[in-house]
Amino acid sequence: MLLIPCPWCGPRDEAEFRYGGQAGVAHPQDPWALDDRAWADYLFVRDNPEGWFAERWFHTSGCRRWCHVLRDTVDNRIAASGPATTQAPDPGTGRGGGRADPSSPATAPTTPGRRA
Amino acid sequence: MTGDAPLWRRREPEAGYDVVIVGSGGHGLATAYYLAREHGIRDVAVLERGWLAGGNMARNTAIIRSNYLWDASAGIYEHALGLWEGLEEELGRPVLLSQRGVLNLAHTTHDVRESVRRVNANRLNGIDAEWLDPEEVKKLVPIIDITPALRYPVLGATYQPRAGIAKHDLVAWAFAAAADALGVHLIEDCEVTGFQRRGDRVVGVETGRGPIAAGRVALCAAGHTSVLTDRLGLRLPLQSHPLQALVTQLLEPVIDTVVMSNTVHVYVSQADKGELVLGAGIDAYNGYGRRGSFATIEHQVAAAVALFPVFEHAELLRTWGGIVDVTPDASPIIGRTPYEGLYLNCGWGTGGFKATPGAGHVFADTIANDRPHPLAEPFGLDRFAAGALVDEHGAAAVAH
Repeated sequence: MLLIPCPWCGPRDEAEFRYGGQAGVAHPQDPWALDDRAWADYLFVRDNPEGWFAERWFHTSGCRRWCHVLRDTVDNRIAASGPATTQAPDPGTGRGGGRADPSSPATAPTTPGRRA
Repeated sequence: MTGDAPLWRRREPEAGYDVVIVGSGGHGLATAYYLAREHGIRDVAVLERGWLAGGNMARNTAIIRSNYLWDASAGIYEHALGLWEGLEEELGRPVLLSQRGVLNLAHTTHDVRESVRRVNANRLNGIDAEWLDPEEVKKLVPIIDITPALRYPVLGATYQPRAGIAKHDLVAWAFAAAADALGVHLIEDCEVTGFQRRGDRVVGVETGRGPIAAGRVALCAAGHTSVLTDRLGLRLPLQSHPLQALVTQLLEPVIDTVVMSNTVHVYVSQADKGELVLGAGIDAYNGYGRRGSFATIEHQVAAAVALFPVFEHAELLRTWGGIVDVTPDASPIIGRTPYEGLYLNCGWGTGGFKATPGAGHVFADTIANDRPHPLAEPFGLDRFAAGALVDEHGAAAVAH
C-alpha cells in the first residue's frame, strides 16, 4: 500500500488517489506538424522504467488536485512530491517538485537513477 | 509420475546460436519448441535471468478461453485454444487441461448488450459461445447469488463451454522437456543485459555470463520487455503493472467452472487440490515489485463474497503478484521491430497464459520466415502509428 505525500494534504493512502501516469508529458505545441509516428508516440508511448519514475497522481478523495511524485517502481519508495504546476521531479537527479516531507530527514536516495 | 529424471538438461551457453529467445516463460518455451519442431531450427537457446518458468508463468490464474470480440483476436486466441486441445498428445505429457467452461458475468444493461454482441461475434467466428440468463447461470454455479438485491446483480453471462484451465507449471515443463529433447538449450541464471548491434541489425546479446551471438533475437520477457528494449533506445507502447492473485485454504468442491466478472473485478476457479484461485484487475500504477496493493485484494474479496456468500468462510492462504505489460489497446504486440533480427512478443497484459501455445506457434513462424504469421499480422508494432488498433478492453475481462 502506497503512502502518497500530497503536497497540500500530507501523506495519504493510495486509495484516495487516481493514477495519472508519467509526469511532464506536454501536449505538442503544433500537433499538425507531427507525422503519424510522432503523433502515435505522443498518444501511446510513455517511459516505463524499472527504477525512479516521475509520475502524476490526482487526489480524488482529498483536495482534488494533481501532484508530481518521484517513486521507485521496484520498491515503491517515494523520494519527492510537489504541485503539478511545478517542474516534474527529475528521475536522474531527484531534484525538483519539492521534498516528500520537509520536516523529516531526507528520504531521497543518495544516488537516484535508473537501476541496472 | 515422471520419476527422478530431469525434464531438461543444464547447459552452458555457447558462443552463438541461430536464434536466442529471451525469457523462459510459457511463450519463450513454446516459441523454442515450435521453432525446432515446425521449422527445423534447433540451434536455439532460451535465456532466463531467474529460473525456468518462474515469472508470470508461475503467477497466473491458469484460465484459458478464446471469447474475444474482434476477428483478429478471435483468430489468434482460438488458434491457441485449438492447440491447447491437442497439447497433451503433442507434447506427450499431462498439462491437466480441464475444459470446465468460463462464464463472464454481466451486471449492467451495458454489460448485457456488450456480452450478447460478443457472443454473436464469437459464433460468427466459429467459437463456441452462449448467452445465459441468471437462472441458467445459477444452474451451472449453484453457489452464486442471483438475487436482484446485489449492488451489481447478475443479469446474465456469456458462456464458453470449451474454455477452462490448465496446470501452468506442467505446461511449462512439458514445453521445456519437448524443446530440450529437440536440442534446444534452456539456460537459467543468465540475464540479458544488452544487445550486440551491427548498424540497424541485432546480432547478439550481452548476458551476465558473457556475450552470445545470435542470428535472430526474440523477446518473450513479458513485463520486462521495455526494460530490455530501452537498452536499444527502442521505446514501446507498454506500461508494466503489478497483477495479483490469491488462493484460499483447501475446500470441498464448490465450483466446477470458471466465473469472471469485469464489472466487479473478480474471477475464480477451484484448483484440483481444492483452493479457490481468485484474481482481479491490475494495480493502476506502474510497478516491478511483484506485489500489489491491499486495496485491490480488499476490492476483489468483497466482490467475491457478494457473489458467492459461501466464500465468507474461506481463509486466505497466500497472495502473490506478477508484472504484466499492458498496451493501449489491450492486445499483444507480435512481430518485427525497426531492428533487423529482433522480434517482439509482448503486451499480452493480463491474458498471456491462455495464448501460450498459439503465441509460441505464430511467433516461431514469424521468426523463422522473417515476416508476420497471418494471425500475427494485425498485432504488429506499426498498428499504433497506422491507427489500426485491436481494442479488446471489453473482452480482456480484467480492467487494464
